[in-house]
Parts: sequence; structure tokens; C-alpha cells
Amino acid sequence: MLHNQDKKKIICMGKKLGEVLLSVDHISLAFGGVKALTDICFSIREKEVFAIIGPNGAGKTSMLNVINGFYHPQEGEITYKGVHRKQMRSHVAAVQGIARTFQNVALFKGMSTLDNIMTGRIIHMKRNLFWQACYLGPARKEEMENREFVEKIIDFLEIQATRRTPVGRLPYGLQKRVELGRALAMEPDLLLLDEPMAGMNIEEKQDMCRFVLDVNDQFGTTIALIEHDMGVVMDISDKVVVLDYGKKLAEGTPDEVRGNQAVIDAYLGVPHN
Amino acid sequence: MMQAFLVDPFVVMYDAPIFFVEVFVSGLLSGVMYALVALGFVLIFKASGVFNFAQGAMVLFAALTFVGLWELGVNPWLALILSALTMIGVAFSVERIVLRPLVNQDPIIFFMATIGITYFLDGFGQTIWGSEVRPLDIGIPNEPFMDFADWSGLYINKFDVFAAVVCSVLVAVLAGFFTKTKIGRALRAVADDHQAALSVGIPLKTIWTIVWSVAGIVGLAAGILWGSKLGVQFTLALIAFKALPVLILGGFTSIPGAIIGGLIIGSGEKIAEVYWGDAFGGAIEDWFAYVVALIFLLFRPQGLFGEKIIERV
Repeated sequence: MLHNQDKKKIICMGKKLGEVLLSVDHISLAFGGVKALTDICFSIREKEVFAIIGPNGAGKTSMLNVINGFYHPQEGEITYKGVHRKQMRSHVAAVQGIARTFQNVALFKGMSTLDNIMTGRIIHMKRNLFWQACYLGPARKEEMENREFVEKIIDFLEIQATRRTPVGRLPYGLQKRVELGRALAMEPDLLLLDEPMAGMNIEEKQDMCRFVLDVNDQFGTTIALIEHDMGVVMDISDKVVVLDYGKKLAEGTPDEVRGNQAVIDAYLGVPHN
Repeated sequence: MMQAFLVDPFVVMYDAPIFFVEVFVSGLLSGVMYALVALGFVLIFKASGVFNFAQGAMVLFAALTFVGLWELGVNPWLALILSALTMIGVAFSVERIVLRPLVNQDPIIFFMATIGITYFLDGFGQTIWGSEVRPLDIGIPNEPFMDFADWSGLYINKFDVFAAVVCSVLVAVLAGFFTKTKIGRALRAVADDHQAALSVGIPLKTIWTIVWSVAGIVGLAAGILWGSKLGVQFTLALIAFKALPVLILGGFTSIPGAIIGGLIIGSGEKIAEVYWGDAFGGAIEDWFAYVVALIFLLFRPQGLFGEKIIERV
């Protein structure tokens, strides 16, 4: 991962973090008696690469689900772009610029790579039903423009060869890439990545790291990601928050978190005397 | 024996070509009516990946509402609009009460839920409007075009032609509406994965409500046309089963497929009945379509125009 470390340093030099884009305030989420999240607070700044880590079952994915509105927390508040809200609604979150990928690849399996990524453009296509129905005039032009945008993403992610292939047929690594492409097509302000590198080999991971950093660098997209590969996390993130059993253990730069005793205990276990 | 199956029917066809054309055309026209029912299934299947068992009940409910209102003295055009609005109301309630709590569940769960909707609509419709058979006359005579018959020797039924025109218009509009556009793409997305569809900003509720409304209105058209043929009664709900072979032939996800499937089944069963009926001892029409569907399932399970079935293991 030396390559990425170098790249990271170069990017960090020129990078300025902006205002707080999203903050979660005392969020608690329970399913019946199971407490998935307890009193979680953190904030994500613009242009940041923000990592959420923690052992299995720590509540990381639940946290992302709260942020983009799949789960509605019982307590707490989310502030996104300066607007307070008790809960997000997922398709509204999408329209307001929150895109995400999923841990277990949620693509539209019967559709081609191109069509999958085009679905990300739906929120940007404004022509009314009438023009849509006729597939004429403005709607046609709009389709062309969005198609052009999608082609750029396909080039960026180097998946030209799979453009027409139904994604159900693609290997796992490429499916993950298409999913990232679909999220990027939404031109999000905040991109949530749920284990983008899970199940990948070293080269695929390196590619994915490069894409994530390039997205952050070139488009200025804020990224919140969950990842288990500590090497990757420490390499690419500006800030790390650690969850365990639904509670926040630590928060800080990768170096701060690495040295935190509570985090080491959570990951390696504590001897019981 | 072999001769009765393999030779005689073709000899009869050859001897009376005009009669053959007549059988064929009347088959095509009744096929259009099957297609209309099948269309309702396709719409909902495309948008939610769910086989809507309640489509037949929706056809019955829509027709009952229309006839009921008309009998109450409402102007037929107003009754048509009111019934359409009722079907939109049904779509809203179905989305709110049945579908929304089931987001992200397996298709089989939705299928079971639509069986529930079937029983509800059957019972509810007959509770309000009664269960006796009601004649429905929309003013299109069920008789052949006599001038045309005198000129060509072909007897073509006026009502069938009317039904075919209504169906073609509906299909043309819907096919335009649901393919190649962002709506079409959104529909397929919703059918594939609810959560992912939400995450790219497709409002699931709106899409479902639209699709169930459209399916309800298509059901209304089918109900009125079939109702004027058979009378508005409980058996209308069973028409839905005739749409099954049409769907299997055409593919569950294809609007043109529903039409082609309907035409093949309609003409096929008429021809089979007329020319092979005697050899089989009659009543082929009742089961012919299902046998064709069975053969299709063996060799082309996705239908003529359906999406290829893909699974990476």
C-alpha cells in the first residue's frame, strides 16, 4: 500500500477541510430490546474522508442506515447541510445529495452496467411525464446529456468493457465498482461506502483506494466509509470513529485512534483475571 | 386415427380458405382481450417483481363499480371516471396498507399478500354491489359488419374490433410510457432491489401507487369489455387465469410480449378448437392455452420477450 500512502500525503498537502456537512447528535437506535446504537455523536466535515470502524456487530452499518434514512433512530438528531431533522427519508436523502453503496452489493442484477449507473441519474432528470412518455424532444436531449455523464464515470472507473453486460454476470470486484459508479452518478455531496473493499484481493483493493481518493480529490466529495482493512483505513482516512457494541469508543485522526487503549482492547480483547 | 390429426384439418383449411381466415381473425381479436388482462399483470410484475394474484379481482371490482354506478343512474362517462378514481383509490390503499410494511421482503411474501387482496376485493365488491349477474351493454353491437361481410364473405364482429382498438391504444400509450425512459428504468430498478432503488432516490411509494393505479385502470378497461361479453359476475375474476398462458408465452416483463402472447393464444385456441376439436372430442379451447404454456416453460421459460434469467454462482 506504499503507493497509496504516497498519494495520500500528496493529497493531504493541498487539502483543506470545509464546514461541518453532517453531524449526528446523541443518536440512539434500538430494535426491540437490542440496542444497536447508543448515544452516538460525531460530525463529518466537507471534503473529509471519514472512516467508521469497529468489530462485527458494532453498529457501523446501522449508523450508515440512520444517516441515509433506512433506519429511524428513536432518539437524537441529524443535522445535514445545516438543517436539523429527527429522521431522514431515504429517497429524499438521495435527492439532497447522500449516495451510498452496500455491504452485500445491491445492484439491479438484470440490468446492464450502463443502465445501473443511469439509475443514479434519475434524480437529475427533471423532464415531465409527458415528454418522458413520448421519448421526444427535451426528454431525449436530457437522456443524451445524462448518458454522456455516465460514460465519463464508466471511463473513470475503467469498466468500459462491461458496459452492456448484465451486472449479475460480472465478478464481485467489478460489481462493487459498478455500485460505486451508480453512487457517483448521483453527484453526491456525501458518499457513504459500506465496506467498499470487502472480499477483494490486494490489486482490487488498491484500485478501489485509488478511486475513493480520486473521487475525494477531484470532485471534492465528502466520503464516509466503513472498512475492516486497517491498513486501508489508516492510509486513506482523515478522521476515524470507532464503535463497539453500539457505543462510540474513540474518535480522532488515524494515529490517535491507533494508540487508543480502549480501541486496542476492543480489537484484541482484554485478559480476564 | 393419424389422418384425423395430421391430414384432415389441413384439408379442411385448404378447402375453405375464407372460413379459415375468419376463424383466425376472430381468434386474434379475442386474443387481444386476453392481452388486456395480461397487461395488468405485466405492469405490476415489472415494477415490483411480484406476480399480482389480485389482478382478476381488480378486473371484477372495477367492472362491478362501473356497472353499479351506472345502474344507480349515474351518467356512463361519469361512472367511467368515478370507477377509474376508485381504482386509483384502491392503488393508494394497497400501497399504504399492504405494500409499504413489506418493503425489502421476498417476492413470495408479496405474492401471498396479493392473495389476501384478492379475497378482500372479491368480498368487498360483492358486499357493496351484490353478487347477481349483471348485463352490461356499452352500445357496441355484438354483430358482424354486414357490408364488409357481403363484399368479402368474411364475418368480423364489431365488438371484437372495438375491443381490439381500445386495447391497441392502451398498449401503445403504456409501451411508450414504460420503456426507454427514466420511468421504465426506475420501474425495473424497483423490481430488482427496493433498498438500492431508494438509495438512488427513486420514491418507492410513488412508483408503486402509479403502477397499481395504471394496472387498476387497465383492469377497468378489461372488466368493461369482458363484462359486456359475459355479463358482470364473479367468473370475471377467473379470466385472470386465461392471462397466465399469455404471460408465460410473452414473458412476464414485456408489454409487447403480452400482446403477442395474447394473439398467439387467442388465434391458436380458436384454430385448434375448430379444426382439431372433433379429433380430440371437443372443448380443446379450455385447455389448449395451458398446454402451449407448458411446452414453452420447457424450452423457453423466460417467454418470447422476457428478460433472460441470469444467475452467477
